[in-house]
Amino acid sequence: MRRSSTSKKVGQSNSNSSSSDLFRSASSKASSKESERIDSLFYSYANASSGLIDPEGIEALCADLEVDHTDVRILMLAWKMKAEKQGYFNLDEWRRGLKALRADTISKLKKSLPDLEKEVLRPSNLSDFYSYAFRYCLTEEKQKSIDIESVCELLTLVLGSQFPSQVNLFVEYLKTQSDYKVINMDQWMGFFRFCNEISFPDLSNYNPEHAWPLVLDNFVEWVREKQK
Amino acid sequence: MAAAIIEWAKGWDQVQEGITKLKNILEGLPDEKPFTSQEYMKLYTTIYKMCIQGPSYGYSEKLYEKYKETFEEYLNSTVWPSLKDKEDHEFLLRELQMRWNNHKVMSRWLSHFFHYLERGYITHFSLPLLNDVALACFRDLAFNKVSLKVKNAIISLIHKEREGEQINPSLLKNAIDIYIEIGVYEEDFETYMLDDTSTYYRRKAANWIEADSCPDYMLKAEESLKRERYIAGETGYLNNGTLKKLVERVQHELLVTNATQLVEKENYGCEVLLRNNKAEDLSRMYRLYQEIPKALQLVANVFKKHVIGEGTALVQQVEEASSSQAANKSVAQEQAIIVGNIIELHDKYMGYVKDCFMNNNVLRKSLKGAFEVLCNKSVACIPSSELVATFCDNILKKGGDSEKLSDEAINKTLEKVVYLLVYIHDKDLFAEFYRKRLACRLLYNRSANEDHEKFFLGKLKQQFGANYTSKMEGMMKDLAIAKDTQRSFEEYLHENPLLKPGIDLSVSVLTPAFWPTYRSCSLKLPSEMVKCVEVFNGHYTSKTKQRKLSWVFSLGTCNINGKFQQKTIELIVSTYQAATLLLFNNSERLSFLEIMTQLDLDHEDLVRILHSLSCAKYKILSKEPNTKTISQNDVFEFNSGFTDRMRRIKIPLPPTNDRKKVVKDVDRDRKYAIDAAIVRIMKSRKVLGHQQLVLECVEMLSSRTFKPNSKVIKMRIDNLMSQDYLERDADDSNTYRYLA
Repeated sequence: MRRSSTSKKVGQSNSNSSSSDLFRSASSKASSKESERIDSLFYSYANASSGLIDPEGIEALCADLEVDHTDVRILMLAWKMKAEKQGYFNLDEWRRGLKALRADTISKLKKSLPDLEKEVLRPSNLSDFYSYAFRYCLTEEKQKSIDIESVCELLTLVLGSQFPSQVNLFVEYLKTQSDYKVINMDQWMGFFRFCNEISFPDLSNYNPEHAWPLVLDNFVEWVREKQK
Repeated sequence: MAAAIIEWAKGWDQVQEGITKLKNILEGLPDEKPFTSQEYMKLYTTIYKMCIQGPSYGYSEKLYEKYKETFEEYLNSTVWPSLKDKEDHEFLLRELQMRWNNHKVMSRWLSHFFHYLERGYITHFSLPLLNDVALACFRDLAFNKVSLKVKNAIISLIHKEREGEQINPSLLKNAIDIYIEIGVYEEDFETYMLDDTSTYYRRKAANWIEADSCPDYMLKAEESLKRERYIAGETGYLNNGTLKKLVERVQHELLVTNATQLVEKENYGCEVLLRNNKAEDLSRMYRLYQEIPKALQLVANVFKKHVIGEGTALVQQVEEASSSQAANKSVAQEQAIIVGNIIELHDKYMGYVKDCFMNNNVLRKSLKGAFEVLCNKSVACIPSSELVATFCDNILKKGGDSEKLSDEAINKTLEKVVYLLVYIHDKDLFAEFYRKRLACRLLYNRSANEDHEKFFLGKLKQQFGANYTSKMEGMMKDLAIAKDTQRSFEEYLHENPLLKPGIDLSVSVLTPAFWPTYRSCSLKLPSEMVKCVEVFNGHYTSKTKQRKLSWVFSLGTCNINGKFQQKTIELIVSTYQAATLLLFNNSERLSFLEIMTQLDLDHEDLVRILHSLSCAKYKILSKEPNTKTISQNDVFEFNSGFTDRMRRIKIPLPPTNDRKKVVKDVDRDRKYAIDAAIVRIMKSRKVLGHQQLVLECVEMLSSRTFKPNSKVIKMRIDNLMSQDYLERDADDSNTYRYLA
């Protein structure tokens, strides 16, 4: 009697576990298939000797994605991957990014780009992306600031679609002034706060007595002079 | 035995008799004698009995009514008629006083008679007390009807007194007291009287302001206030509370409504008094306004503006005088005279603050504000800190004021300079300029009196701390030591006569940290001097191991004999000039370029040197072509024809204008000072908001060094952030955190 009940039980649990098992095994089979594809995609672009995707590989990737390698979406991709070194992707980063995007083929990756864009430009992510962009460009060890020209390019790339008028004006200022040769992280983030908090183009709520970086004080002065 | 019942009519008749007697007494009927104690007792007892007989208080109710009626009847028939006809103010007041006194007596007696009512009936039914009933009757049936007339009577008497006529103060006091006793003083009398006072003085003020000058107006105002205080206060017809309100009203009408005109109006008010040094009137103005803060601030503003105006005028005078002359050192010295003028200005107006304005805080602050503006102005583009340094130099150098004035006067002036420095924002700049001039005085032996030098340094140290004067004190110490070094050098030469270089040499050894930085010089010394340097080097290095001497020839002086045709003249020149002249011992003529090569000097320096020797007052060298300026193509020759009536002349070498360098050095030091201040503040506070940090930084530096502007502070904060001393707070972008 007992045995039959136990066996029944076993039988029941068996059937239960087998369905979840099936599911699990199906999903894990699928996911392991996915991982395999992701990995093989990685190796198709990676440099054989270094085991990383180097700038050449990235260019090839861009060509396949039909995206220019200076396009901001590549930067967004790097952000999603949390890539550390500009111009290079390693396997972990690649896996991280593509898994999050649910893309294991080039076409799927390409299709995920518009959604990625939307995700990055969401206010909750934009600040993080913005600071990531700066850090990503600090290529030398112990480098803390970026030269003006590169900053202008980066700014246009990263914020140009969100705050076009502010970015254009600030870029113009940076190019014409001579006090600053480089911009550091604090000044970079300061500009982001500026775009979000200060009303434009009147700049009426800007207060130089507050802790805005000096470069922004000078910028505001310059704008006001221009507006006269 | 049961007490006999008193019937109403009978009882009341008896009482009525007593009442009539009382009235007669009050009216002053001659035959009426005062109450005897029996009469009194009888009346009391009658009423008493009438109250207790029978149920529920007997006739109490009726008695109570009758009591009231008594007063009503009396007031209507006798009192009111006597008051309503009185037109004359004094008569009215007198009558009122009499009637009121009578009423008080009547009320007292009757309430004694009817007293038993209060013990029973009145208490039981919580009715108004007898006195209150009487008072209400008087008030409603007589007093209120006549009150307006009475008030006007009182006020017209007050007016009379203001105009200087004699009145009877006790009459007034008694009348006013009635209001107090009746309990309607504040609502009925006080406000009316105060309003009238306001109107009265408003009219006066309007008249005076049209007709009178400010001093006269103030005199009248002061007198009015004095009179009001005296009359009302001393003669006592107003109590203290009312007096205070009265004075406020008078002040308001006379002083506050016209304040703008009295104080601020151009060519009328305070400004005129200041311009004409009317100390007494200014004192009066202060006395009048010291209790009215808003108006006093107006006075302070005018004062500040005036002082700034005077100071600015002085500055302009000096600027105009100097712009008409070429810019040279003597002009700069004249410009320094402005410092003396500013000191005098400060003394003058500080005197006003102390004597006329009783050292009042508001006025003192405005003086401080004025001098902060004045002391930071530059004159003809020379910063004030430099002017003060030149001023001190003029006092302390030989041939300067130090020799013309008494020690006491010198010390006083030096002390006042230090007071002036407190106002100057760029204290560190002053220290630098002063140090440079001190160096000149010490090295060229131009200091007139060492005690005065020490005195000034002592005062600076007292005011600004030891840090401020440490370098200067170091310089003075150096020279004291240098004297010893020189003595030992001379002994050394004495003991080793073979080593004597053939020229009398004295050397001052300086510690670089204390002295201003001097450009290193490349001068190629003439051979005679080379030997001097070698000998001294030898002596010094034998005495002190591990010390290196760098020679600064630009600071040296040389006495050199010029063997002119007519006579030999001793020339006192700088080492550079001497080196140049000695070249002509070996060559007749030398071109500019030749001299430059032989001496290894740079172009600008050589131009200055040759100019001083050939184009200035004493032409030791003759120049071809004979122009006023030095050019590269010039050729020079020893001017043997030169002569002068003196045996010994000094040929000065004008120093380069070091202002720019000084400013640059100080700016650089300031950056470090700000950095240090910021780090110190953040280290102790750990977390601090931006504005607070800027404020504390300014505070920390302003009192001793300089007043930093907020832009520079921000720049240094940015800088310190990029060096990871601080970081911006993650949640509040306006706050910083210290990074250990």
